Amino acid sequence: MSWNPLSVLFGDSASDQVVPPKGNAAWLTGLASGAMAFIAVFALSLSLAVGRLADFWALDLARTATVRIVAENDALNTQTAAVLQILRTIPGVENAEVVDKDTQLSLLEPWLGSAIPADTLPLPRLIDIRLSKAGIDIESLQLRLSAEAPDATYDDHSYWRQPVLEASERLRLMVAVSLALTALITVIIVVLSAHNALASNQGIIRTLRLLGARDTYIARAFVRRITLRATIGAILGMALSMVAVLSFPTQPEADGLLSGLSLRGTDWIYPLLVPLMVSISAFIASRLAARYHLHSVT
Amino acid sequence: MILLENAGFSYGSRAILKNVTQELATGSFHFLTGPSGAGKTTLLKMCYLSLIPDSGKLEIFGQDVTALSREQITQMRRRIGVVHQDCQFLNHLTVRQNIALPLLVAGKNIEDSMENLEDLLSWVDMSHRADAFPEEISGGERQRLALARAVIMDPDMIVADEPTGNVDWEMGQRLLTLLVELNKMGKTILLATHDLNLIRSIKGRVPASVLRLKGGNLNMAGAQL
Repeated sequence: MSWNPLSVLFGDSASDQVVPPKGNAAWLTGLASGAMAFIAVFALSLSLAVGRLADFWALDLARTATVRIVAENDALNTQTAAVLQILRTIPGVENAEVVDKDTQLSLLEPWLGSAIPADTLPLPRLIDIRLSKAGIDIESLQLRLSAEAPDATYDDHSYWRQPVLEASERLRLMVAVSLALTALITVIIVVLSAHNALASNQGIIRTLRLLGARDTYIARAFVRRITLRATIGAILGMALSMVAVLSFPTQPEADGLLSGLSLRGTDWIYPLLVPLMVSISAFIASRLAARYHLHSVT
Repeated sequence: MILLENAGFSYGSRAILKNVTQELATGSFHFLTGPSGAGKTTLLKMCYLSLIPDSGKLEIFGQDVTALSREQITQMRRRIGVVHQDCQFLNHLTVRQNIALPLLVAGKNIEDSMENLEDLLSWVDMSHRADAFPEEISGGERQRLALARAVIMDPDMIVADEPTGNVDWEMGQRLLTLLVELNKMGKTILLATHDLNLIRSIKGRVPASVLRLKGGNLNMAGAQL
């Protein structure tokens, strides 16, 4: 029982005639495949968005750090100058600049409101650091800071980054499991609908056999019909899902939040693969179901 | 053509056919009679390879059917035309498409056989109903359609199971006439019926024999017609 898989879509449409165009399984296969494709594209978009966010947290934020200095006025200025001097000389630092007071106040505004007593509020001095890809020798930096600016603290943001990275990794894993389950359910539905189609057309199968039809011919007719229905359903499901994804508001991940599911660049290829995967799954699943069914019916 | 030697068949513990021995020669015409439940349909099913005997021997076209592969059975089925009482059409296909179905499943180009197809429609007087669907035609038309479908592949043998069971006398005669014509063309005919008038009406048209099934045994009944 072997034939060219492409013939299912492009060849021997004559065999298609022997399967009645209507039946319980007809709409079920298309609808189920469409629903599964919709979910799969949505899950894929979520996975890609989470991936971008994880990359942001893992790569972009990994190359930033902050030195915080908490001291009295004179010491604060002295230690700030010392820290900047250290950062200018230490390898692995691309840029280091003091965060000005206005920026600090704007960062505090969501929590403390706009009427902040800027002159009396003891704000630490913050130095924003941009690191090179190679990174810096943290131990050496901290030794120098403790010697020349004892009130300075180096913060590599790992305290904030790590939970987010862990959460995004788990979310990606969940999405991958969801995709696998979606594929499994699609296969199960196709197998059930293939069995249903074959069982409800026993009379036709018997007649075709008596007329000299090979089991491959009968199977091909059913497999072709089921695969086409599943593929058309998946294309519609994918299209609907992509419209839904496109309607999501978009915001760059540079904000550090999962605020958009829109697809970018080559990401658009992945949803297009969903109908192809559904089609291949439907072909294999329905073919196995047909082979099993026809062999079990003598 | 067909050789049965002590062939038997059982459904579970119930023996339907017991030690059936008979030879049907090429080009011969046979009626198969017997009471309901005698095993006529079972015997016919064995003759068109829908059933394989579970004891004894059955040879068709000189080949032992118990030794045939699935593919060989398929090839052999294409040499046997079958007419069922319930016809077994594909109701979503037209009359013309149903007749062409054996060509379709054999992978033949229907366009090449269109002339033959139209001749067959005309032969069974169904040209005017070619585009109708099976559910739209009468019982007699259905039987003629079944006969046309059975002969489109130019089979060596026609097996018919009560083809006149659901039609009136006149239509039964028309069907018999078609079968006689096929027999004169050299086809072997095996026709199951319990219509004695139909059997008698063949007298003088072609040589035919009557096989009677009773109690699972097959006997030649009476003289040659």
